[in-house]
Amino acid sequence: MSALPRPAYDFAVSACGGLRTTVAGVQVLMRASGALWLEASRVLIVADLHLEKGSAYAARGQMLPPYDTRETLGRLAAEAEALRPDAIVLLGDTFHDGRSEERLAADDAARLRALAQGRTLIWVVGNHDADGPRALPGEIADELVLAGLTLRHEPQAGPQFSEVAGHLHPAARVTATRGTVRRRCFISDGERVILPAFGAYAGGLNVRDAAFAGMFIRPPLAGALGPHRVHAVGWRSLTGD
Amino acid sequence: MAEDAGAGPHLLPDRFAAWFAGRGWSARAHQLEMIAKARAGRDALLIAPTGGGKTLAGFLPSLIELAERPPSNTPRGIHTLYISPLKALAVDVERNLMAPILQMGLPIVAESRTGDTGISRKQRQRVRPPDILLTTPEQLALFCAWEGARLYFENLACVIVDEIHAIHASKRGDLLALALARLQIFAPNMRRVGLSATVDDPAVIQRWLGFTPPEAGEERAVDLVRGPAGAQPIVDMLLSEGRVPWAGHTAQHAMAEVYDVIRGAKTALVFVNTRFQAEFAFQELWRLNEDNLPIALHHGSLAAEQRRKVEAAMARGELRAVVCTSTLDLGIDWGDVDLVIQLASPKGASRMVQRIGRANHRLDEPSRALFVPANRFEMLECQAAREAIAENRFDGDAARDGALDVLAQHIMGLACSEPFDLLRLYDEVTAAGPYCDLAYEDFEQVVDFVSTGGYALKTYDRFRRIVKGQDGLWRVRDAATAQRHRLNVGAILSPAVLSVRIAMGKSLRGGRKIGEVEEGYLEMLDPGDTFVFAGQVWKLVAVTGLDVLVSPAADKDPKMPSWGGSKFALSTFLAKRVRELMFDEAHWQVLPADVREWLEMQKDRSLIVGEDELLLETFPRGRRHFLVCYPFEGRLAHTTLAMLLTRRLERMGAAPLGFVCNDYAVAVWALKPLDGLDYDELFDQDMLGDDLEAWLAESFMMKRAFKGCAIIGGLIERRFPGEHQKSGRQVTFSTDLIYDVLRRHQPDHLLLRCARQDAATGLIDVARLGQLLNRIKGRIRHAALDHLSPFSVPILLEIGKERSPGGAGEMILSEAEDDLIAEATQ
Repeated sequence: MSALPRPAYDFAVSACGGLRTTVAGVQVLMRASGALWLEASRVLIVADLHLEKGSAYAARGQMLPPYDTRETLGRLAAEAEALRPDAIVLLGDTFHDGRSEERLAADDAARLRALAQGRTLIWVVGNHDADGPRALPGEIADELVLAGLTLRHEPQAGPQFSEVAGHLHPAARVTATRGTVRRRCFISDGERVILPAFGAYAGGLNVRDAAFAGMFIRPPLAGALGPHRVHAVGWRSLTGD
Repeated sequence: MAEDAGAGPHLLPDRFAAWFAGRGWSARAHQLEMIAKARAGRDALLIAPTGGGKTLAGFLPSLIELAERPPSNTPRGIHTLYISPLKALAVDVERNLMAPILQMGLPIVAESRTGDTGISRKQRQRVRPPDILLTTPEQLALFCAWEGARLYFENLACVIVDEIHAIHASKRGDLLALALARLQIFAPNMRRVGLSATVDDPAVIQRWLGFTPPEAGEERAVDLVRGPAGAQPIVDMLLSEGRVPWAGHTAQHAMAEVYDVIRGAKTALVFVNTRFQAEFAFQELWRLNEDNLPIALHHGSLAAEQRRKVEAAMARGELRAVVCTSTLDLGIDWGDVDLVIQLASPKGASRMVQRIGRANHRLDEPSRALFVPANRFEMLECQAAREAIAENRFDGDAARDGALDVLAQHIMGLACSEPFDLLRLYDEVTAAGPYCDLAYEDFEQVVDFVSTGGYALKTYDRFRRIVKGQDGLWRVRDAATAQRHRLNVGAILSPAVLSVRIAMGKSLRGGRKIGEVEEGYLEMLDPGDTFVFAGQVWKLVAVTGLDVLVSPAADKDPKMPSWGGSKFALSTFLAKRVRELMFDEAHWQVLPADVREWLEMQKDRSLIVGEDELLLETFPRGRRHFLVCYPFEGRLAHTTLAMLLTRRLERMGAAPLGFVCNDYAVAVWALKPLDGLDYDELFDQDMLGDDLEAWLAESFMMKRAFKGCAIIGGLIERRFPGEHQKSGRQVTFSTDLIYDVLRRHQPDHLLLRCARQDAATGLIDVARLGQLLNRIKGRIRHAALDHLSPFSVPILLEIGKERSPGGAGEMILSEAEDDLIAEATQ
């Protein structure tokens, strides 16, 4: 018998395969795409798109396939199509580097503009894209408060209440006797949530890494992304790399 | 060669004849023939067993030419380039070559150059090239990417490729063939010499070694020189108390007898097929080692310095036995080995002959070898191998078409070396054996890939790695790009390795390094579990970053992960002989009584089928229904077959639950009966069409193959100059992400084609599966049984030892979720 109360997570699998839970009392839906959906306020949040990462590598001589931007925007468009949000928040590091916007192909720029059609597009800036877009539509913000949640790119140190952030690219690793699986994931202690990277070429950082230490007031819950659903995984099931 | 006998004395200069005589030798016929070939300017492939003076035969013509050369004060460049697939062999041959050079007082400088050679020596070799340079294919590829290459090799007279049988049918072989084509451009008169162990079909190697001069349009033929046959090896089989176990891979039952045999031998090499088996056998032997015999362990996971120690002790004659894997297959001369023991099945006749050749490097005395089969099917395999060896019949690698990712790496290297003309380069590349059938369109695609990545979406034109200049020639973009390429040369890919270190205190710091393990080796273990490594029992403490932390454990009964037989597949040739042996009842009398009884029992209770038929049994067991078939085509082809069969059974509504494979058989089980199906339809060749494609596209094997091709082809780099691991935060950037994106947006991309080719040949053996389906078409013999059959026992005993394949990832996550729910609701 443990003296401490167990963390009582409130989670349920939604019909869409997403995971319903609360952050600081606000109902949120973790989508299998890696986006966070605030249904009540009809806001869709995605973090770390890292658009034009492929061409950033190509400029340095590593010719990664140039299809990452269209892949990422295609997935975002599919989410917008499915959920019809009033606002889309890009939670920072939307571009991989300061020159990504120049390298953006015309049809990909058109895809981005289409996302801003008939709704608010908000660019929260991150460390990779500190200035926000130059020519593309949308509003630019360092951080914003929305429906009782604070949305910013880089999570602040120490436990936080009601924060939604990205930046760390959380990934969950689960080991069973039959093998190991490593997936991008949401990570939340019910007070704050860190989103997985949404970009096609964005890597993942194991949530057991020291970078996540001290951020949660109780052992957090990971929402690991599967092809069609989000799996809730407890802290004790997670292993380091 | 009628003139050889008469020409012999003239072929051998006095100094050389005296040297031979002084050592009580005379030059052998094949050595003289190699000199005659060199005098006539002919390319030659020498095929001879170990111990036949093969290496000396390769070098004699060069030594003579160099000895007869008038002295000169200016450096003259490399005369002879020797290529060995193994670093250690290059160093060893250097040592052996020094003997005749010193004893005859020849004015010849011979030096080795490998990845381990120090920087200063390498620089000196560039400024003052030795007369004979001994090196590896990777070092040669680096030379080809160097600006000074043309000048450096312009006086090259001869290239000797050693152990050619071990390298020609691989990506390293492709890379080497391309490098030879380049050398031939630098030095058009260069002669090619190949040295090979005995193979079934020398023509395959002759084609690889030969080349087609662009102007002539006709292949320059390589002459074949055969060494003496050598004494027939004596191969015995160890049957512990005359019995052979039903199943297993370790031969644990016979270990006491193996130990006794080692005690009776001067020095024994104990070959096994996997590192697990090596660890296991080593531990078992030491458990029995009451005499404290010096018995050592040698396999690829041990730290390099530990391996060097074992090799040195071996060379000094201090060891009585070494338990080893294929790391000791190739031709380093160990002197006093008088017995080779093969634990578990040999998998192929040629490999076995190579291994047997490690014993007794003298031609006139027979080598001694002992087979120790670990189970009954292996016993049949050992018998078939013994008979093949006695008849001098061998299996061999078939010819292969050169890989395009390797070509991409080579072309990038050439561009780093000097500008090239596209058409001339095509002629040069197609002169190389493995690339002689390369279509111009494919060649162009590879060049485009090297330059811009080869994408249908042309957005990278401004980032070209190689550019076409005003003069129409292609060259590398800048010096930095060239430097990065040189850091990434090579066609050997090692899986990610973790260091095994002793845990220090509670801080989870890593202490002394014991060795390295491949990623995935310890996946099945949890902290606290015990396992055997480097001959000792360890407890897994933690895995941190790239370190596996362990502590010594006193556990006498470690929790060992299962080992799934051999990484080598049973050769087609040997498989056929096993089927023939089983089919031919008169032949059974050579087998031990219990194996004979087992076959009789099988005949009684089920069926023994013809060698070109497929035996298929169905029977219920427990609450499940089994389908077991015995194609004898090796684990790889069987696993692919099982994957495809279960897909089909699923569609037929048979609800298959799982399968298990070994080198001999496939077993599938289901909830519903598996008899009464149309087996000809089930095994129809069309399973290699859409079913295969659908499965392959999703399989981890394609991703693994893609990663290999992406690294070799230069899409992603192994190393950046001056780049260090970022401390604290390591973001894994996986090639799987690239694979997924590329597959969706450009499924016909060059690298995906390469990956598919590699997966089909190396990882799933599609070709062999195709041959099997063709062979058994209309020849499936079905036995519907009430019980399991005697043949099915070994394969059924393997159930539960294997990891389940395919979409297990989702299940693992679902189970983790179930745990959480259980925890939350308890």
